[in-house]
Amino acid sequence: MTDTDVLFKALADPSRRKLLDLLHGSDAQTLGELCTHLDMTRQAVTQHLAVLEAAGLVVTRWRGREKLHFLNPTPLQEIYDRWLAKFERSRVKALRDLKRRLEGTHDG
Amino acid sequence: MAKSTFVYVVYIRATPERIWIALLDGEFTRQYWAGENVSDWKIGSAWEHRRTEAMGSVAVIGEVMEAVAPIRLVLTWADPADRGNRSHYSRVAFDLKALGDMVELSVTHSDLEGTTAMAAKVIQGWPRVLSSLKSLLETGRALETWACS
Repeated sequence: MTDTDVLFKALADPSRRKLLDLLHGSDAQTLGELCTHLDMTRQAVTQHLAVLEAAGLVVTRWRGREKLHFLNPTPLQEIYDRWLAKFERSRVKALRDLKRRLEGTHDG
Repeated sequence: MAKSTFVYVVYIRATPERIWIALLDGEFTRQYWAGENVSDWKIGSAWEHRRTEAMGSVAVIGEVMEAVAPIRLVLTWADPADRGNRSHYSRVAFDLKALGDMVELSVTHSDLEGTTAMAAKVIQGWPRVLSSLKSLLETGRALETWACS
C-alpha cells in the first residue's frame, strides 16, 4: 500500500473520523480523555489511534508520564493539494468556458 | 487565557541541510511561505516574517531561542502589534530528523492563545506552509495557492 492508500484507509472509518474531530482545534488529549467521548472500549480506541498514527494523521508526544495525541492535519493538506485543488480549478475553468460560450451566442 | 500546543509533522525527501536553508533563507521562504524570513539567526537575535505582498509589511516577529544546524530551531512568535508584550508570545520549535533519504520535520507551536486571530492564522497556516515546502523541495514547485508572481 502506498502512503496515500494508508491515508484514505485511515479516513474510511467513521470512528477514526470521530477521533480526528475530537482532536481538531482542541489541545492535545490523552487516551483516557479521548475514551470519555467515545462509546468504544479502550482497546478499540487504541487500535484506531494506531491506524491514524501510521497514516500520519495523529502524532504523539510525551509530557511527563502522559502520552498526548495531536491531530496532524498536514497529510490532509497534501490530499487537498493533490486531489481536490485540481478539480476545483477545472470547475472554475468549466464555468468560465460556459460563460464565454453563453456570451459568445449573444455576439452571433 | 488557555494556551495550547499544536504539532505538525511532514516527511520530505531532501537532506536536513537543504531543509534548514529552506527555513532560514529569505529568498527560499518567499517561494513557499508567501513571505520572507529575516534574521542573522544567532541566539537572542530578532527574526521577522515579512509579507511578499503589502509592500513587505511585517507579519510575525520574535527572537531566536535555539539554533542548532541542521537539527533544531526554536523561535518565539508574536504579532507585531504585541511587540514587547511577552504574555502574548508563543513559541515554535522546528525539529529535523533524518530517516533514510527522508527528513521528518516536526513543527511544535506551543503557548498559543487558542482564540486569537493569530492562533486561527497559525492553525490554518502551518499545514499549507509545510505542504508547500515539501512540494517545492521534492518537485521544484511550491503550491499554486502560494505562488507569488
